[in-house]
Amino acid sequence: MQKTRMPFMKWLKSRKGQKWIVILTFMFVPLLLLFVFTYLPFFKMIEFSFFKMKYTGPRTFVGWDNYIDVFKRSECFKSLFVSLYYMGGAVIQLALALFFATLMVFKTKGSSFFKGAMFFPYLICGIAVGFIFKFFYARGFVLDSILQMFGMNPENIPMWLQDKSINNMSLAATSVWRYTGQNMILFLGAMMSVDTDLYEAASLDGANKWHQFRYIILPSIKSIVVLNLILSISGSLSAFEPPYVITNGTMGTGTYFVIMNRLAHENQKVGLACAMAIVLLGIIIICTVAQKLFFKYAFDDGTSDESRAAVRKRKKAEKAAKKAAGKSLRGGRV
Amino acid sequence: MLKTKTTPLSALFNVFKYFMLIGAAVISLLPVCVCVLTAFKTTDEYNATSVLELPESFFNFENFKVAFQEANMLRGFLNTAIVLVVVLTASVFIGSMLAYVLNRFKFKGNAVIQNLFMFAALIPGIATQVTVYKIMYSLGFINHLYGYMIVLMGTDIISIYIFLQFFENLPVSLDESAIMDGCTYFGVFFKILFPLLKPAIVTSLVLKGVGVYNEYYMSNLYLQSPELKTISTALYRFTGPYGNQYNYICAGVIITIIPILILFLIFQKQVYSGMAAGAVKG
Repeated sequence: MQKTRMPFMKWLKSRKGQKWIVILTFMFVPLLLLFVFTYLPFFKMIEFSFFKMKYTGPRTFVGWDNYIDVFKRSECFKSLFVSLYYMGGAVIQLALALFFATLMVFKTKGSSFFKGAMFFPYLICGIAVGFIFKFFYARGFVLDSILQMFGMNPENIPMWLQDKSINNMSLAATSVWRYTGQNMILFLGAMMSVDTDLYEAASLDGANKWHQFRYIILPSIKSIVVLNLILSISGSLSAFEPPYVITNGTMGTGTYFVIMNRLAHENQKVGLACAMAIVLLGIIIICTVAQKLFFKYAFDDGTSDESRAAVRKRKKAEKAAKKAAGKSLRGGRV
Repeated sequence: MLKTKTTPLSALFNVFKYFMLIGAAVISLLPVCVCVLTAFKTTDEYNATSVLELPESFFNFENFKVAFQEANMLRGFLNTAIVLVVVLTASVFIGSMLAYVLNRFKFKGNAVIQNLFMFAALIPGIATQVTVYKIMYSLGFINHLYGYMIVLMGTDIISIYIFLQFFENLPVSLDESAIMDGCTYFGVFFKILFPLLKPAIVTSLVLKGVGVYNEYYMSNLYLQSPELKTISTALYRFTGPYGNQYNYICAGVIITIIPILILFLIFQKQVYSGMAAGAVKG
């Protein structure tokens, strides 16, 4: 006994032992949380999707029936098409964000006010946004009054949240309202990281605003725009908030998740809801991979290679500089 | 940022630019401003006037009082404050410690663990809540503030990424020299590296803070008793009895907006840079 324990204690005190102690103590909590709240639910979800079950009580194995139901039940599959509205909204939102970021990258009076005003909606919590827009769209309230002020005939104003031909657009618009400013801040951050001398030089050379946009600004933000485009597709497939808090998914505004949420927590069709979640996850993974491949080929032209090489060079230089800085720091410390 | 000579073309561009910017600012602020107007109206006034008209007085705080008491907002703010402090502190430590281990040590399974976190980011949070609910139920975590806080810590992938990225740029020579001086790994992390993480900590605090303050889905699911409501779900009180009394509802909405607006005005710069830094993770 003693013999085996001693080397172990020694091992504990050695560098290697120390290393493993630190690895295990630092990783224990995050891995436990990741397992309990992400992977365990994920595997349970796969398991449940093959059963007909409620939260409590007995369950019966039904094989692939739940998956077949997902595609057969009109409410489930049709709700995927609702996400097209949100996809449209996401594209508009990115375009607007890009547009305003480009305007602001040039010297602007009161730019902090404009930035703040546009960014502010992002900070309002989802439920509050829901109430704000219930009020905004309600018959005879904010939007209707504004349109009347501009001389629109009250009879021609549609019911923003009830009219099935328009309500999904109204809801998607609230998303655009909420996230455009945040996207703009992201783009502006990327644009500002470009060396300002470039703009000076370009304007001295007589480049106009369009040229500056095309040849200086756009290349600097290409990757972040592509990233956001990819995120927005999976984001719109999993659109949930606007219909959940504003219309509760009534009048044909139920997105996939709203329907799933209703099946799971109101009708207690847990198995079916799990199957829906798995199907959507599959779609999202396929979309993400497809888009990554698409953009990899679409942007793999000569110019991007050149800029990529430039980026690499710059990063190398930065690293070297940082190393030097680190060394001097260490020098001070020792 | 950039000086351009004033040619007629650039003057025209400027007119167009400010026109668009003012338009965007108006559209962004209008829905909230109308709420502010309505929040100051008495019920009679609210029924009689158009929503775009100014209230009779901006000193009528009656609606705010009613909203504050009716939705038990004091409790909501208190709960949200507790959740914010605990979850943010925990996630800074969890994220930075994990990133330290993953970035600084080579061991079997390192890449696997990184990929596990990467894949987890793909799973939309709401999808797994169906089964998370069951797990929470069997752990006895439902209707406890600590249960809610633990779930929020568990869904924390953004801050891990931010810290991982930041460690990339911290030279390993720092660690090495500290170890030469006889520091343990714990010492290296807490004494040398952690203080250097400040920018990454600010970024993750901003992103996570906004997320937690605005989180309502899990709060609604796991904190059902009225005295556990957070500020985001406290507003739900208004869906029932106050259905169409928007003067009260708007007052409630404004109350929830004020704290975050104040914080935003103070920390504007950090919020913007935090947002921008969080975005480059791809």
